[in-house]
Amino acid sequence: MNHIPRDSAPPLLDIDNLRISFQTAHGRTEAVRGISLRMGRERVAVVGESGSGKSITFRSLFGLLPATASVRADRMQLQGQDLLSLDRRDLRAIRGRRIGMVVQDPKQGLDPLMTIGRQLIEMLRLHRKVPAAGAYQRAVELLAEVHIRDPKRVMGLYPHEVSGGMAQRAMLAMILSAEPELLIADEATSALDAVVRHRILDLIEEQVRLRGMGLVLISHDLDLVARYADRILVMYAGRVMEELRGGELSAAQHPYTRGLLACRPSLDHPGQDLPVLQREASWLQ
Amino acid sequence: MAAVNPPALRIDQLIVQRGSAQVVNGVSFSVPHGGSLGIVGESGCGKSTILRAVAGIDTQWTGRIEIAGRPIGVQRSLADRRAMQMVFQDPLAALNPSHTIDEILREPLIVHRMPDQDARIVQALQTVALPLAVRFRFPGQLSGGQRQRVCIARALLVEPQVLLLDEPTSALDVSVQAEVLNLLSRLRRERQQAFVLVSHDLHVVAHMCDQIAFMVGGQFTDVLSRDRLRGATLHHPEAQRLLDAALTH
Repeated sequence: MNHIPRDSAPPLLDIDNLRISFQTAHGRTEAVRGISLRMGRERVAVVGESGSGKSITFRSLFGLLPATASVRADRMQLQGQDLLSLDRRDLRAIRGRRIGMVVQDPKQGLDPLMTIGRQLIEMLRLHRKVPAAGAYQRAVELLAEVHIRDPKRVMGLYPHEVSGGMAQRAMLAMILSAEPELLIADEATSALDAVVRHRILDLIEEQVRLRGMGLVLISHDLDLVARYADRILVMYAGRVMEELRGGELSAAQHPYTRGLLACRPSLDHPGQDLPVLQREASWLQ
Repeated sequence: MAAVNPPALRIDQLIVQRGSAQVVNGVSFSVPHGGSLGIVGESGCGKSTILRAVAGIDTQWTGRIEIAGRPIGVQRSLADRRAMQMVFQDPLAALNPSHTIDEILREPLIVHRMPDQDARIVQALQTVALPLAVRFRFPGQLSGGQRQRVCIARALLVEPQVLLLDEPTSALDVSVQAEVLNLLSRLRRERQQAFVLVSHDLHVVAHMCDQIAFMVGGQFTDVLSRDRLRGATLHHPEAQRLLDAALTH
C-alpha cells in the first residue's frame, strides 16, 4: 500500500504540543496541556484515569469534541496531512475511513433498528464504494475475518440479539471494512467479561498486524494494555507523565505510574490494605 | 436446627425465575458475622440476581433465606429490610440527582424512624471519610469515588447485619477503587458485618473475601477459600478459564 520508503515518509500520526480546553460556567478548564506523539504503524497504549484527557486527545483528531472545546496544537498531521485546518467535509473523509474508532459500548455504535448485515453493507458502500452486488459477499467475509462463526446467520441479526463480545466483533468488522490506516480503540473491552476481553484484544492485535495499521489503545487498565502495546504513554491531568516500552511496566519510574501499579488488588497479597495513591502537585510542573 | 450462633446470612436452595427463565438454579451458602463471600462469574451467570433476591428486589424466588437464623420471605417487614442493605455498581444511578447528600442520607433514617438524625448523618460521612462540605451538595457535584462513599454511608446508616455489594468498584478508577476497598475492609473489621460481594474481577473478590464462589449458568460450581485459589483445579471449564485469566494477569 505504501510505496514511499519508510524512513522518508511522514509519520502516520504526528501531534505536537496539543492543548485542549473547555469553556465552563467557571471559566476555562485545561483538559489537555501539551501532548506530543509521533507514531508509525505501531501499537501505542495510552493509559490514565478518568479525567486524564486520554480520550479527548484522540477524539480531537476527528473533530468530535463539543462546541465548547478549543483545540490548539503546533502540529496535528495524519501522514503529512494537516488535520487542524480541515473543514467539516474533509473531516468526514478522514473519520471512519482513514481513522477508525472502536468505542466502549458496541451497542451504542450499532444502529438498533438495522441488522448487522445491512449496517456492514452500508459502510462498505459508503467508504469503499463497493458495488451492491459484491457488498453482501464482502460483508460475510469481513464477519468471518473477525472470527464470527456462522457469519451468514449473524448478518441477519439485530444488535440486541447478539452478545456484547459478538457485537464488539461486528463493530470491528464494520470499522475494518473502511480499511483505515489508524485504529483507535477507546476502552474497547471495558464493558466485557475478563475472558472475552482478552479474545477481543487478541483479535484487534491480529487485525492490526495483518493489515499493517497503527493502533492506539486507550485504557484505564495498565496491565491489560501493557501486553498489547509496543509503547505505553501514561497520562495524568492532561499530560504525559511517562513513556514506557510495552511489557516493561515494572520498569516504571514515575511515582504516578508506580502508585497506580501498587494500588491494584492482587492474588498475591489478599486481604491487606491496599496502598493509596498520593497525588503530588509537583507532577504538573 | 436452631444453632446457638446462627450465621448472619444463610441461603438454602435458592431458585430465582426471571419471566420463564430460571436464572439461579438452586444455590446454597452461608456467611458468618464478620465473614465475607465473593461470587465471581461472567455476565448473565446469575450472580447479581442472587443479591437482588436476597435484597427483595427480585421477588420470583423459592428456597430459604435466613438472616441471623430468622427466615425472610418475599413480603418484607421493616426489620427485614433493615437487616440488609445493598450497594450498586453505578452510584450515579443509585442516587437521586435532585436530592442533596443530606436528604439522601436522611431518607433511610426517616423510613426506619431512627432518632438523632443530624448526628447520624455527620457520623456516617465521617465513617466513609467524606468531608462534611459534601453534605449539602448534589450527587452530580461529587466525584465517582465520593458518590460510591455516599452509597456505602447510606447502606451503613441503618446498621444492617448483611451488606450486599454488587460490583461496588467496577465503575471506579483503580486508585479510587483501592480507597473504597480499604474502606469496606475496615468497616467489616470494625463492625463485624457480613459481606456478599459480587464481581467479574477475581482480583477484587480474592482481595476482599475469605470464601470465593465460582458461578456458571445459575449454579455455584466451586466454592473455595482464597488461599486455595492459586493452582486450584476447578470443576467447571468456564470457572477454570476465569481463574486462569486472573492468574496470568
